[in-house]
Amino acid sequence: MTTIRIENLRKSFGDFVAVQNSSFAIGDGEFFCLLGLSGCGKTTTLRMIAGLELPTSGHIYLGHDEVTAKRASQRDIAFVFQLFALYPHMSVRANIGFPLKCEGRPRVEIRGRVEETARILHIDHLLDSSVSGLSGGDRQRVALGRAIVRRPAAFLMDEPLGALDSEFRHIMCGELRALHDRLGATTVYVTHDQLEAMSMADKIAVMSNGVVEQLAPPQEIYDRPASMFVAGFIGSPPMNFLRLHAPLKRGDRAITLDGNTLPVPELREDVAEGEIALGVRPEHVALRDASPIRGEVFGTEYLGTTQIVTITTARGNVKARVASEAYVRQGEQVGLSFQSDKMSIFDASSGRAFRTALHEGGPHG
Amino acid sequence: MAEVAIEAVSKRFGATEAVQDLSLTIRDGEFVVLLGPTGAGKTTTLRLVAGLEQPDAGKIVIGGRKVSGEPPAARDVAFVFQQYSLYPHLNVFDNIAFPLRSPARRTPEPQVAAKVREIARLLQIEDKLDSRATHLSGGQMQRVAIGRALVRRPAIYLMDEPLSSLDAKLRADLRVELKHIQADLGATILYVTHDQIEAMTLAARIGVIDQGRLVQVGTPRQIYEEPVNAYVATRLGSPGINLLARSLFPHAIAPPAAAVIGARTEHTRIYKATNGGAIGKVTWIEHLGDRNHLHVAVEADDLVTLADPASGLEVGDPVTVDFMRPLFFDASGNRVAA
Repeated sequence: MTTIRIENLRKSFGDFVAVQNSSFAIGDGEFFCLLGLSGCGKTTTLRMIAGLELPTSGHIYLGHDEVTAKRASQRDIAFVFQLFALYPHMSVRANIGFPLKCEGRPRVEIRGRVEETARILHIDHLLDSSVSGLSGGDRQRVALGRAIVRRPAAFLMDEPLGALDSEFRHIMCGELRALHDRLGATTVYVTHDQLEAMSMADKIAVMSNGVVEQLAPPQEIYDRPASMFVAGFIGSPPMNFLRLHAPLKRGDRAITLDGNTLPVPELREDVAEGEIALGVRPEHVALRDASPIRGEVFGTEYLGTTQIVTITTARGNVKARVASEAYVRQGEQVGLSFQSDKMSIFDASSGRAFRTALHEGGPHG
Repeated sequence: MAEVAIEAVSKRFGATEAVQDLSLTIRDGEFVVLLGPTGAGKTTTLRLVAGLEQPDAGKIVIGGRKVSGEPPAARDVAFVFQQYSLYPHLNVFDNIAFPLRSPARRTPEPQVAAKVREIARLLQIEDKLDSRATHLSGGQMQRVAIGRALVRRPAIYLMDEPLSSLDAKLRADLRVELKHIQADLGATILYVTHDQIEAMTLAARIGVIDQGRLVQVGTPRQIYEEPVNAYVATRLGSPGINLLARSLFPHAIAPPAAAVIGARTEHTRIYKATNGGAIGKVTWIEHLGDRNHLHVAVEADDLVTLADPASGLEVGDPVTVDFMRPLFFDASGNRVAA
């Protein structure tokens, strides 16, 4: 197995800078997600690690070896693509065994390793079927099998579940993570789906416009987003933002919002005069009749486990996640209260999160 | 707007029974969603109401008038398709105005302008009225397509997965807006989707359809809380309901006919087993930010529960489970009263 380290990696295509000076390290056996919208540079980063693109500048290390200029075939990695690139005329067995056959391995060894791989993926009963008749999920398992059978030091996966429907994608997330736990191979996984990243990753790098905006474990990214982009990208529905002008200084523990004093996590830095955004997650918004922060219910979305209530306020729409038993009617006037210790405060122009008491102490739930 | 009744309608394509003896009434001003997987017969049902297909048996009644046999144009319905299908050579204004200007309606031009602007305001595309339809983003194009339907006041709006080609964020925004607009206009809508979140959040009533048959009709809450069978129970809820063999829980109180226990994630409590008595062990803790899902292997079954992040449970821990308000199903999947 191996670590992967990237130093000042940059890639431009003509005038377009796809990846700007990224540096990060992926630990041995880690499940690492590159998460972002299409065009953010996540796939380009992955392809540079794989050796399918050469960086414009910077360095890539697999373990202690610098591989920046090495060919893909000289790097001990396996790539899993979004589209299941299987050989339609071959059986499952031949598809999985193909990389070993190319390496010229003895037939007995190929047979053993293919069967072991198929058992790991629970597709051993399909070994002699043709791949053309398989379901989407089984085809993706075969594609994974072809990557696993080589026992590479690292797996690189580019939206491998992107072509599956949402229910099945979630099942496959569980399988992939379980597989990772069994094999222990370092995995770099690219996706635009925040739920996939949240559910599987040990660490997530959230990318935007070629820059890594935040790199941290999923819960940390969720609880303490480094920027408004990250806060708005992670979570469903995403974080609410209330924009206001308020001069703030180090040590402040409250903000005045439309004449109401709102406690916030204590500020650890001075804030220059300008627009700020208060960030609050939907599950940290409660409906309280007595609260002076008022709004009108725009709509409710019953989800069974919970419901999402959208409230129109003087500061824009706010979404609250409340118990599905609560009775809320469209058009009703309600008061809002926020769980103040979980709030983030951002510079609305740069999007950066200010340091507050929220950022102190160990990881929490 | 009017009441629309589908009465004992069947439709067959060759050997496939696409719709079987389906009856459903959409009340005046009601938002009804047909929910089912691909191939369940929901789009065929919609097309039968529109007159794009003719039923083999049964009838369609719109506003008290039997319309079977009438062509789509005579039925006073407006259809929104999954794909935007806008007129690419026209601007947004003319696309939305198109149905009003049809020879059959001949609306005076000042009235057309007023109506188009009103709908554009509702859909928040007022500033795009002069843009070419093809110069819009996907979300804007779908708003125009919905606007072209809303500009008329037909007996019923028929919508076939109108949001499914949009990305997740846009879909969530348009969902809330569409429901709001429907309430404001008092519009009668029959909407089909395979997306349970759309069904739950939009519908006054959901019809769950399986292999051409309407299995259950009710409010989202009724369908979620009181499903008639295991199939319906699995259609709503994310993560899905846990269906576990009753035999795995010898100490659980259950009616004699129960073969399967259905437990929603939020109705399941998990505790670390101290002295034996474990029914399974934790295999995976899924951190989703606002909540954790705890996956527990109970013999060959997988059980998913919502877990308090502070529960202190770890992968490999032996656990016991309590069910609150479990549902029971017999061996063929039908609901058994507790």
